[in-house]
Amino acid sequence: MVLVLVEHSEANPTDPSLQALTLARSFGQPVHALLVGAAADLSEHGVSVTHVAEHVALGSFAPDAWAAILGEVAGRLSASAVIAAGTERGNEVIARLAARTGLPFAANCIAVSPGPPVTVTRLRWGGSLLEEARLHGSHALITVAPHVVPVEPSPMPADIERFTPDLSDEDLLVRVVEHVAALGGGVSLTEAKVVVSGGRGVGSKEGFAMIEELAGLLGAAVGCSRAVTSAGWRPHTDQVGQTGTKVAPEVYIACGISGATQHMAGLKGAKRILAINTDPEAPMMLNADYAVVGDLKEIVPAISAEIRKSR
Amino acid sequence: MRILACIKRVPITGGRIVLTDDARAIDTRHLGFTMSPHEECGVEEAVRIIETNGGDSVVLTLGPSEAVEQLRDAMALGIDRAIHLLTDDQEWDGEATAAALTEAIQSDEATSGRFDLIFFGNESADSAGFQVGARVARALGRYCATGLKGVSVEGSSVRCEQEVEGGRDVYVLPLPAVLTVKEGLNLPRYPSVPGRMRARSKPVAVSTPLRPEPQLELVRLIVPAGQGRQAEVLGSGAAAAPAVVEVLRKAGVL
Ligand SMILES: Cc1cc2nc3c(=O)[nH]c(=O)nc-3n(C[C@H](O)[C@H](O)[C@H](O)COP(=O)(O)OP(=O)(O)OC[C@H]3O[C@@H](n4cnc5c(N)ncnc54)[C@H](O)[C@@H]3O)c2cc1C
Repeated sequence: MVLVLVEHSEANPTDPSLQALTLARSFGQPVHALLVGAAADLSEHGVSVTHVAEHVALGSFAPDAWAAILGEVAGRLSASAVIAAGTERGNEVIARLAARTGLPFAANCIAVSPGPPVTVTRLRWGGSLLEEARLHGSHALITVAPHVVPVEPSPMPADIERFTPDLSDEDLLVRVVEHVAALGGGVSLTEAKVVVSGGRGVGSKEGFAMIEELAGLLGAAVGCSRAVTSAGWRPHTDQVGQTGTKVAPEVYIACGISGATQHMAGLKGAKRILAINTDPEAPMMLNADYAVVGDLKEIVPAISAEIRKSR
Repeated sequence: MRILACIKRVPITGGRIVLTDDARAIDTRHLGFTMSPHEECGVEEAVRIIETNGGDSVVLTLGPSEAVEQLRDAMALGIDRAIHLLTDDQEWDGEATAAALTEAIQSDEATSGRFDLIFFGNESADSAGFQVGARVARALGRYCATGLKGVSVEGSSVRCEQEVEGGRDVYVLPLPAVLTVKEGLNLPRYPSVPGRMRARSKPVAVSTPLRPEPQLELVRLIVPAGQGRQAEVLGSGAAAAPAVVEVLRKAGVL
């Protein structure tokens, strides 16, 4: 069997975890799920047994404890693979399980074949490059890249087994002791329907006034490239790309951004890209749906004026 | 305090990734290189903590001979000295990398004392294994917090902030600890000219670890097919504004 760590929000499994359950079925073995804190309804997702770990100390996230529990259940059931979603938490917990066991860990996989040896296709460079790799170990540790593998339903009645894990003080030391809520306000970059994004071509911190103006008219979020954050023109929270935020708007407007692979890694979810650039050969212009050639300092204010006129 | 920052040299790939003929590596003949961005923030944080608290800082990498450039970059930002674990051009997997780093850390600590903090990037920009920091922490028997965008030393503990949906989760770890960080933790400074000059004469200790057989074996790399977008040129200059508005209207966002 294979064991899948299912993350949930108040007993609702997260989408990346359902995607992980779908990929787990490629092993062709029974799939068991492990949840911490609450049971979820997984009857549509090909799970034969749902294990639910309950412990008074697990009210807040404790990554070493999660890794310990996962290791204990995997050992007890002789799981041939342990799988999680390639979320921050999934990667963190599986990395800690890898550290405890010395087993090989392949992060952010998009395909798996059971082998032996287990062979995976995984993401490098934020998805700009794929790697085919073999795992040599008695068991395989795998996370599944979020939002790549579509969820395929597979109805099956799942037994629920609740248990109380044995946890040491050491396993519970690293835990969330406080949550600081984000300051509200502004349109969130991850959820925005439109993102107006500026690159080095904007020229200065002050130059972003025209980007903000257009964003304001469209109810859009402002984004930017790493060249902009490195120069201190915008905060890192605005950065789109591999080491910034991944966006999924209806329209992404790229103003004066060249289109480096690390920037494009953040745009895989964008429905349409509109590029404004003086260089018609810039990679962003070639990889966009719509292109306007010229100086953004003329074009962006002209678009804002046109929107005002049309209202 | 004593602080260590672990870094990795990665290529700057530009607009399109080109592979070598055997498809086992990126063709880097025409590319520049840099320190992986998350780790650059680890280096900056190490320098800031030492500036405030006093002490010494070390930078450590496992990489080819040219990786000395990135070690010098870290020393130009203010790190005191470097340890270079020299490899040939072969890839090392997460387990092998962690084992070599752990050994180097233990041997440095045996002569110079324990590191209060060890910084890693949350994941390297290129192979993105998400595991070296956690493996080293476990091997050293130290607590570890990962994916951090806020770090502050408070006496004998460190407050760590992780960005999550809706805000930040906070962890408090006793020192010594291992932290993996992400870009956005701070804004790394540009190295000054005197900083670069000083970096040239700072010591770099070199050793050559043996590469074990990989547990995670790279078979080949594949450049994914593009998204197949065909750009429609709407025009040039301000005269294209009406066509842009039309596109926005059709997309249903106006
Ligand atoms: C490991 C790694 C991770 C990275 N992660 C990220 C990331 O998350 N996000 C990110 O964005 N980058 C990232 N980068 C950096 C990336 O490689 C590029 O350096 C960066 O995206 C370039 O930003 P830019 O397009 O704004 O600047 P440039 O590449 O300098 O491009 C500026 C563009 O503006 C155009 N332009 C100039 N003036 C005008 C004008 N007046 N009107 C219209 N167009 C104009 C130019 O023709 C050019 O195309 C990463 C790099 C590395 C090595």
